[in-house]
Amino acid sequence: MNQPASAYFLEERHDPTESHTLSVLVQNEPGVLARVIGLFSGRGYNIESLTVSETESQKHLSRITIVTTGTPMVIEQIKHQLDRMVPVYRVVDMTLTGRSIERELAMVKVRGGGDNRVEALRLADAFRARVIDATTESFVFEITGNSAKVSQFIDLMRPIGLVEVSRTGVAAIGRGPEGM
Amino acid sequence: MTDKSHDPNQMTGAAMIVRALIDHGVQHLFGYPGGAVLPIYDEIFQQSEVEHILVRHEQGAGHAAEGYARSTGKPGVVLVTSGPGATNMVTPLTDALMDSIPLVCITGQVPTHLIGNDAFQECDTVGITRPCTKHNWLVRDVNDLAKVLHEAFYVATTGRPGPVVVDVPKDVQFATGTYHPPRKSDVHVSYTPRVKGDATQIRKAVALLAGAKRPVIYSGGGVINSGREASKLLRELVEVTGFPITSTLMGLGAYPATGKNWLGMLGMHGTYESNMAMHDCDVMLCVGARFDDRITGRTDAFSPGSKKIHIDIDPSSINKNIHVDVPIIGDCGNVLGDLLQVFKAEAKKPDIKAWWQEIAVWRARNSLAYRKNSEVILPQYAIERLFEATRGHDTYITTEVGQHQMWAAQFFGFEEPHRWMTSGGLGTMGYGLPAALGVQVAHRDSLVIDIAGDASVQMTMQEMSTAVQFELPIKIFILNNQYMGMVRQWQQLLHGNRLSHSYSEALPDFVKLADAFGCVGLQAIKPGDLDGALKEMISIKRPVLFDCRVAALENCFPMIPSGKAHNEMLLPAEATDEATAAAFAGGKALV
Ligand SMILES: Cc1ncc(C[n+]2csc(CCOP(=O)(O)OP(=O)(O)O)c2C)c(N)n1
Ligand SMILES: [Mg+2]
Repeated sequence: MNQPASAYFLEERHDPTESHTLSVLVQNEPGVLARVIGLFSGRGYNIESLTVSETESQKHLSRITIVTTGTPMVIEQIKHQLDRMVPVYRVVDMTLTGRSIERELAMVKVRGGGDNRVEALRLADAFRARVIDATTESFVFEITGNSAKVSQFIDLMRPIGLVEVSRTGVAAIGRGPEGM
Repeated sequence: MTDKSHDPNQMTGAAMIVRALIDHGVQHLFGYPGGAVLPIYDEIFQQSEVEHILVRHEQGAGHAAEGYARSTGKPGVVLVTSGPGATNMVTPLTDALMDSIPLVCITGQVPTHLIGNDAFQECDTVGITRPCTKHNWLVRDVNDLAKVLHEAFYVATTGRPGPVVVDVPKDVQFATGTYHPPRKSDVHVSYTPRVKGDATQIRKAVALLAGAKRPVIYSGGGVINSGREASKLLRELVEVTGFPITSTLMGLGAYPATGKNWLGMLGMHGTYESNMAMHDCDVMLCVGARFDDRITGRTDAFSPGSKKIHIDIDPSSINKNIHVDVPIIGDCGNVLGDLLQVFKAEAKKPDIKAWWQEIAVWRARNSLAYRKNSEVILPQYAIERLFEATRGHDTYITTEVGQHQMWAAQFFGFEEPHRWMTSGGLGTMGYGLPAALGVQVAHRDSLVIDIAGDASVQMTMQEMSTAVQFELPIKIFILNNQYMGMVRQWQQLLHGNRLSHSYSEALPDFVKLADAFGCVGLQAIKPGDLDGALKEMISIKRPVLFDCRVAALENCFPMIPSGKAHNEMLLPAEATDEATAAAFAGGKALV
């Protein structure tokens, strides 16, 4: 392999990557989300999904759920980098705990008539998606589930007349009585 | 209702800032005024507890504060205006972040109602400085100001130290509110740096150390940051274990250069013996260093046979580049103290005579040797003579960035921590001159020398004017090779000697320049002139710019070439043209 002369050791590594879901409890203050996102973009980490919302307004706490991919060493780094930020209380790797539930909500708009309408409703029923808006030529379905299920539903709607999708991104919580 | 007009804690935001500085024991402040900080400057004018040092460019204020911080262990404090004042601080903030230097930078901001309007001299200071600070704050309410300022000092100086920015809009500086002195509740409850190391991990480390046959201690800037006690403990550990010790560029001085276990600096331009010891060791104890790429060379060939122990206060430094076997998260000084205690109680000095014999063979290669020259001053010789000339003086050294920086690290011996200020992580040309100012402000009677390069010094040389104004007798010792020597060296070794833009066609006459600034200009051209001129430089109690004309084409060796391992160093004695070409050929990338 012929590498160009460089000031750095150009090393290409192809270690296998993993997907992890991280729950991050932060002080809800201006700029905190920019800090987290800036960390990911600045250090070249991936964000597959990111959700954030205030969860305890009295204590000004927000919970950020991030789905990221990377080698095990990079995932470790991401957690430590998040954890050392001043407004971050805790970082929990939901994937490592192995006891977490992940859900995502999507609203899926489908347009069509005749058999396609019937087929859309039939599939929605099978996926427990609800109709939250309907016109004579369209439906908006609301579907909740893990990301794979949501994606599968969207894929099935595509040939039927998928117009657009709005997904919330993943929210995660641990099973059992304990909090994070 | 109480009458607030007599409450001494009622004051303007601008007054709070000065008051907070005083409450945090700040004696010196480096800054540059502008519209958005005038209320603060007005307060500074009306008091005498904090001395303000007026620089000539905000970058100079930042580096001066870094030098001040690194030589004292106290935070450096900077005050600059909004917009260009703040953007000029980006380089020193980044520099301080990379080298873990505690800085508190206060920036003025346009009034809150104008934020976001592209007002005159507005910039998104917290946005711009977010990635180059440990934390930053925009204060929109004067009643939050005291808390934020106290927290800023706390965050900058605790845990892994670093720079912080407090951005204060002008209307907040004018507004009146309630001040309170520092208190525990000022700090985010989420911010809890870990100081004490885990006892089980420390025991594991001691077991490894006690069983080592070929150990090495590799220390870094973290030991210096941790405070004098950490350096003392490090020395004791070396004594108790009998282990060889090397250090990064940032760690020089924690263990004395004359200490018998000292291997010299490691890394790209480190000594042969230190890099070989790192490569061949069976147990490596890393204290307050971060396995940076200038240290490790190619990571897949880094110290392949060793068990690695890593002490660091920042969990994100651990397992970042190199996998370690026993991580210990905590303050270097604290952990070293515990580790020593356990070692003394439960282990005894392992017999490593055979290892020292191996090291002696590497040492005998004399990797810092250079051929003498009676015609031209060799840069290595210049540093050696400078070191000799400063013996017996209370000396502090700063540097710029380039070959001269590496030669300074190789040939100037540091006996104590906090004596060596250099831009390690960021490699900022222009750091050394203002850093020397900062050091001199903190140590008025000491000998403070910036070992400079002819190119670097031109980046911040306007600060000579600051030196004159504040009677700071810094010595700027330029190794003038008329090249951006480090760039030229790489072009020679890697780019077919095509010296693209690494030669300064029109260098200023440094002696006249010194004169123009009101400094003293000196020059040495022949080796025979050097000692006399150095003596003169040291005797002058004013700022001196010393133009030391050195060999133009000298290269900095030893060197770990292109993507090679530690045991493939290129030594000066062997660096013939053919050997050099071979070492850098083969399509490998240079580290
Ligand atoms: C601000 C900045 N710009 C560019 C560089 C890249 N650089 C590293 S060393 C160097 C040359 C330094 O020349 P000089 O100060 O004369 O030192 P010498 O290597 O000749 O001793 C340059 C341009 C840098 N480190 N910092
Ligand atoms: Mg030069």
